Amino acid sequence: MNQMDRRHFIKTGSSMFALAATAGTPLITKAASTEPVKLGLLHSLTGTIAIAEASLVDAEKLAIDEINASGGILGRKIQPIVADGASDNATFAQKAKMLLERDKVAAIVGCYTSSSRKAVLPTLNRNKGLLYYPTYFEGEEEDKQVIYTSQEATQSVVPSIEWMTKQKGKKVFLVGSDYIYPRVCNKIAKATVARVGGKVMGEEYIPLGNTEFSSIINKIKAAKPDYIYSTVVGGSNVAFYKQLKAAGLDGTSPALISTLVTEDEIDGIGRQNAQGFYSCMGYFQSIKSPENAKFLKAFKGRYGQNRVVGDPMECAYNSVYLWKLGVEKAKSFVPNDVIAASDNIQINAPEGIVRIHKKTHYVWKKVRIGLARPDGQFDIVWESPNLIEPNPYPKI
Amino acid sequence: MNLDIAAMQAFSGLSLFAILLLMVLGLALVFGTMGIINMAHGELMTMGAYVTYLTSEVFQRYLPGLMDAYIFVAIPLAFIVTFLSGWIIERGLIRWLYNRPLDTLLATWGLSLILQQAYRSIFGPREVTVPLVSWLSGAWQPTSAIQLPMNRIFILALTTVVCIGVFILMFRTRWGLRVRAVTQNRAMSGAAGINTKRVDIMTFAFGCGLAGIAGCAFTMVGSTSPGAGQLYIVDAFIIVVFGGVQSLLGTVLSAFTLAQSQTALEYFLSGSAAKAAILVLVIVVLYFKPSGLFTVKARG
Repeated sequence: MNQMDRRHFIKTGSSMFALAATAGTPLITKAASTEPVKLGLLHSLTGTIAIAEASLVDAEKLAIDEINASGGILGRKIQPIVADGASDNATFAQKAKMLLERDKVAAIVGCYTSSSRKAVLPTLNRNKGLLYYPTYFEGEEEDKQVIYTSQEATQSVVPSIEWMTKQKGKKVFLVGSDYIYPRVCNKIAKATVARVGGKVMGEEYIPLGNTEFSSIINKIKAAKPDYIYSTVVGGSNVAFYKQLKAAGLDGTSPALISTLVTEDEIDGIGRQNAQGFYSCMGYFQSIKSPENAKFLKAFKGRYGQNRVVGDPMECAYNSVYLWKLGVEKAKSFVPNDVIAASDNIQINAPEGIVRIHKKTHYVWKKVRIGLARPDGQFDIVWESPNLIEPNPYPKI
Repeated sequence: MNLDIAAMQAFSGLSLFAILLLMVLGLALVFGTMGIINMAHGELMTMGAYVTYLTSEVFQRYLPGLMDAYIFVAIPLAFIVTFLSGWIIERGLIRWLYNRPLDTLLATWGLSLILQQAYRSIFGPREVTVPLVSWLSGAWQPTSAIQLPMNRIFILALTTVVCIGVFILMFRTRWGLRVRAVTQNRAMSGAAGINTKRVDIMTFAFGCGLAGIAGCAFTMVGSTSPGAGQLYIVDAFIIVVFGGVQSLLGTVLSAFTLAQSQTALEYFLSGSAAKAAILVLVIVVLYFKPSGLFTVKARG
């Protein structure tokens, strides 16, 4: 661009700006009432994490379409803007910036791993954006621009340990992949075990992606625990469950409970390998309620009868509805208005009542313990009697 | 640690040795004898694993009565598919890059990324599971307290057969003789009338075929996902380098040493600490013996 051009450009640009400034206000309000409002969906559609994360977009789109079919939010339709984080934290940060600054989305539902969420936070705070984070995770964070719509660690770990101690016995063996979620969960687990008078027989971490479990299985056999609490993730889980079964540990003695194996994971682990092991989750596909039946019918009708729905997908679906409710209560799409209006609002989700916690902006919710069946679904053997309060900074 | 656990630990080490050895045999041939750093070796293993998966799916759908025997079809099939892929890779890529080790490294690294993304597009990002047939699931119990998983016993047997096969090929056939001659002195063997180009193709393709069999084995105990090969490739290279690059016997002993120390250390330390300890051991040994534990003696 030469000198003339640039000057010309600046001149036209500034005159346009002046025009917008004088005539802008009425124009914008007029546009706002009819134009669709943008909602960013930021997940990994490619790369290693896509295994777990890509399906969340399906659930979010379903919620958006349902809302649009029933008239939208404050009379405006929702327009989803899908962005691919590509399993890469830097890409997440960059895509979040584009969603907020270029597309001017009203809110984002997104992220799966904690590291991708942490990468998005600076941009989110600078732009005063709003993120709904739909994955169970370790907690230990309270960002005022984020609403956390799944269970944090204490909500699933504490009931798991209490229930297993009551049902199976006092001796527990902890196995996890070596990163933050298992470490935090086991910290909470150990405090809970001590409180209920149990005994930790061993605590083992394996490097991420590791697939050799024979030594750990021998350690478990030597320690003779009543149950195993597992926070093994990803491909390692396939190997872990397979090798447990092959070594004659089929979940009867010791029993095994995990706080991160969903129906979706079982598809990868293999149904015959996962059968007989417990999971603790907020949502199971096998929940019997009219809301869940309606949700499943809509989901399977749209994406195919063979699709399974796991906990994070349902939380992603809920996130869109929690946003709708927040906006309607605030009568505004401005993120900080929505955040302020979100205290204590609740929806009747497929998993039951989900209420946003006033102080932390996590959610009050029920959790359930399921026993994996041969068909890859869970028999729900226990359900928390009340909503469980989130406690992202447990005192231990 | 009581005696039963000790026995099972020793078996764990043996089983890890068998799996690692299957993985590195092909790599040792290609890297050791041809000097090619094939970063796509892991992806060829994954290819073998996916072939096993596909075979099991076909049997489940069309020949459910013969399901128990599918593995005996899957193993040769995995070998053939990866052998042919190896052939194509050698003709299409490697042969242009002989004597350019760094370029080969980059090219095969690129190839591995392409293959991974291809698997992701074809089979989806989620792990696939190979059903374990009845006689391979469960455990053999010599005493009431000792359980030895059947699939690991099978892999042990498979490795033994493959090893014997490789040793016969390498040390009892004309082809093996040619391969060894080319390894020791390429120019001289060429002058003696050996078609070194042909030997190169066959060796590379055969090494890749062995990777396919390894994939068949690891899918029985581990997981099969597009990136699964990446988990093993570093370990495989460590074993080959540790054992001495040009010695097949060195590779076997190195795999045995590393597998047994790994499982033993894992029992007394944590998994991550065991891994670190193994790497320290390898570094120290390579510092004092830069060409690995076993070196082929040659007159200088």
